[in-house]
Order: sequence, then C-alpha cells, then structure tokens
Amino acid sequence: MREVAILGVAMTKFGVSEKTNLEMFAEAGLEAIARSNLEPKDMEALFFGNCLGDFEEGQLHMAPFAHAELGLPVSSPATRFESACATATVATRHAALLVGAGVYDVVIAGGTERATKMGTPLATRTFAMACQAQHESAAGITFPGVFAMATHMYSHKYDIPLKNLKRHMADVAVKNHFHGSMNPKAHFQKKIDAETVLGGMMVADPLQLFDCCPFSDGASALVVAEAGKAKDLMKNPIFFAGMGQGSNGPLYIQKDLTRIRAREASALQAYKQAGVGPQDIDVIELHDCFTIAEILALEGLGIYDFGTAYDAATKGETALHGKKVIVNPSGGLKAKGHPIGATGAAQITEVVEQLRGESGLRQVDGARIGLVDTLGGDFGTICNIILRS
Amino acid sequence: MEYKITFKDYQQGLEEGKFIGVKCTSCNETIFPPAAVCRECGSTDLAPAELKGEGTLRTFTVIRVAPEGRRPPYVVAMAELDEGPWAMGNLIEMNPEDADMNLIGKRVRLGSHPVKGDTYSSDDIRVITFTLNAY
Repeated sequence: MREVAILGVAMTKFGVSEKTNLEMFAEAGLEAIARSNLEPKDMEALFFGNCLGDFEEGQLHMAPFAHAELGLPVSSPATRFESACATATVATRHAALLVGAGVYDVVIAGGTERATKMGTPLATRTFAMACQAQHESAAGITFPGVFAMATHMYSHKYDIPLKNLKRHMADVAVKNHFHGSMNPKAHFQKKIDAETVLGGMMVADPLQLFDCCPFSDGASALVVAEAGKAKDLMKNPIFFAGMGQGSNGPLYIQKDLTRIRAREASALQAYKQAGVGPQDIDVIELHDCFTIAEILALEGLGIYDFGTAYDAATKGETALHGKKVIVNPSGGLKAKGHPIGATGAAQITEVVEQLRGESGLRQVDGARIGLVDTLGGDFGTICNIILRS
Repeated sequence: MEYKITFKDYQQGLEEGKFIGVKCTSCNETIFPPAAVCRECGSTDLAPAELKGEGTLRTFTVIRVAPEGRRPPYVVAMAELDEGPWAMGNLIEMNPEDADMNLIGKRVRLGSHPVKGDTYSSDDIRVITFTLNAY
C-alpha cells in the first residue's frame, strides 16, 4: 500500500446551529480544501458521513448534495457512510485505503450532523435505532442505558463499589470539561466540578446528565492524499501510520460489556500496522460518549490493564500535562460535543492539529504519535487510526 | 440457506410461552434468539431447541429519559440463560426505584410482553421479560 497523508483539516464550532447539514459540511470542507492549498475541482472523491439526515431534515442520499455544495466535478463520486457514531472515522479509513491502493491521489472525507433539530425524545429514539431493532431497541434500551449497563457490570466485575466508581467517573467529566474550556470550537467551554456531575438528573441509572455527552450540531472534514503529493502541497502533512476496524453484533452476543472485543481487534490491527504499542502514543482522542466509555476505551486500547483505568482521571494521569498520556485534549465528545456523523473527523482534526503543534492553550508538548478511537452503536463498530508527524 | 427458526417462529413461541432457539449439531452450542449460523463454530447445521426460560441477571439499568413513545421509568436488563446464551429484556413485576446492585446475580424467570410498534417500526414485537424468582 502507498503511504497516505492528511493535508488540511477543519471543523465548524460544535453546539446548536441554525445552519443546514449541507451548509455546515461545506464550510468545514471548503476550509479543509483551502488549507491544503487545493481547490474543490482537485478532489477525486468524497467520503461523506451522516447518520440521521432523514430524521433531522427529511434528507436521504445527502452525499451528492454535499458534493454539489462543495463544487466537486461530476466525475468525482460521493458516497455516504453510516456507522452510527463512528461514521466519519470509518469514512476516513476507507478514503485512506483507496488512496493507499492507488485508486485516487487526493480525496476529501468528513461528516455532518444536525442532531439538536430533533429534540430529546426523537433524538433518543433515533439514536437507539443503532441498537438491534427486534431484540434491543424493542426493549426500550437507550444509548445512556447501554453504557449504564456496562457501568453496573464494571462495578460488579472488578468489585469497585458503585459510589466510588461514580466519583471517579465524575472526574472524567471534570477533566474533559477542563480541556473543553480551552477549545473555542467546543460545544461546552465551561469548567465543571465533581459535585455538579454527581448532582445532575438521572438519565439511566447510574448515569447522570453530566456523565453523558450532548446532542450537538456540527461538521468536520479533511483532505487525504498520497504522501508524495502531500509533501509537495504542504510543509507538514500528517501521516497515516496504522488503521483498524472491528465489528460485533448485539449486546446479548457480546455478553461482557466491560470488554469491547471489536475495539480490541481494531486496536491490534492499528498498532500492528503502525509498528507501535500503547506506550508509544502521545495524545489520544477517544470515544467518551459517556464517562464510563473513556474508562472502557483506555483499557480496550491497552493503555491500562483491564479493571485499572477507573481512577486514571482522578490521579491526573490523563489530563493535559498529566503523567501518563493526554486523553481528549479537545474536550472529547463530552465537552467538545457529539454531532455523530462528524465526530470522527473532528477527533482526527484535533489529533492532526496536536501533531502540528497548532493547539494553542491545550497543546500536548512534543506530540509525535496520536491515536483516534471511535465507537459506533452499542459497541458494534470500532475504528482506530494512528497518525504520526 | 433457510433459517431453521425465523423471527416469526421465535415470536410465535414467545406468544405461547415457549423460548425457541436453535442448537448446533456440530458443537452443541445453544443459540437464542435463533440465528442462521452457530457463533461458536460457524456451522449452519442447526436444529430447533426449546430453552427452559431460566437464568441469572448479569446487569441492568433504569431508563429515565426514554425514546419517543415510551413511558419511563422502566428497567432494561441482561441475563445469562442456563443453556448459555444471554438475552436482553425488561425486568418486570418490581418497582424500578428498588433496582440496585443487589439485582446482579439474582435468578430470573423469562417471559415476554408485547411492545407496540411506532411510526418507524410498524410491527408489534414481543420482548423478553425477566421476573425475579423470589416474587
């Protein structure tokens, strides 16, 4: 496979937007193209992520309209990817695979989502459509419910009293909101304390409001190119070192919700391809859709042993200037926000900017190798990308 | 390759109080709800099998912010059935406010209840229920 790199990256501010899915995507996409010193006509394909456009705007088949909005040539195909919350990471992986294979030299990938338009009851219903319809969604499970069940299982399996575990989970939220306070693109840019987390309304026992990421609107995009061409266009392209993706079925097949096997398989592929291990990673953007999710991810990615990541945030090991590895300097899904179809591209955007030393107040000193981790559905899809400067 | 037991057969079973899955004739794995392929060994040589409908509760949550059309609070749980498979369903005949960590490891009996379809899923579906044996 040819070496592949990322050129320009961009994201809109995440939050509540009055703009359409297409407007948000075009703003991010045109910025990413301009930062690559290229023009829309240079894009040979669009790998487009969106999950719920049909419910948000009555819009299916959004990819060709996004293509038109960007002004791409008719000969450049636009394809929609949908992998629930992992959508844009999966789109980017496939963009890199096809550039690596020599099918294209320069393409654009990313995603957009306008989730707040639906309101909480419909958003909760449509998000739950990413669980198995006949056997899971029909039981009334919700996404907070999925991670709530994982929390109870974690507490029981590792014999950590629920009250203690929740205190440590609150510290994950505090850390990620602290990081978000330094990110002008974040949905929430306000620091919070653990008491705020532990005083929030109950969403799905034992997860409270501040254990959960928000519904957000936003878009993000990036230009992917063959490495030689990338080096000609830009002084600091960021290279794909390794990628992985795993799939799994409904939760009743997965059984142990503390071990997300699709992640373990995906991360192994990515580390192997990159020729690095968990100890080599300087900065991580991982899937903290709920506080417990960050703990599960740190273990599944091999950064911590199973059953030991629960107090990483409490011990200050994962915060900016922390002792082990900096996790979610952008604020994560928790504070930066989670427009599901765009999330993966925004995680990549953060890691690329970190590796370029462009992250300002939240810059991870000397970051050379970064890891992206995105989870889709009820642990059904995991996609990992390792990037290096 | 046809399903030995389809979703419709499985649903019909639930309505009659039966828990019908399939058993792999190659490796003896029980698969419930039924599927076309044995997840243990990959064989498609499966035979219908009735489960006895008992198991052990492994995890749970109380849903308080519900999807459109659902009325919280209610309990969603997962149980390990005595034959090996796990199932997701609703823990019923108990007050959701009493749901706590003591539930994990409790013996449960399976049943089912009908859930009305909505705008996005026109079919009514029977969903697994769990009842604590002590009740």
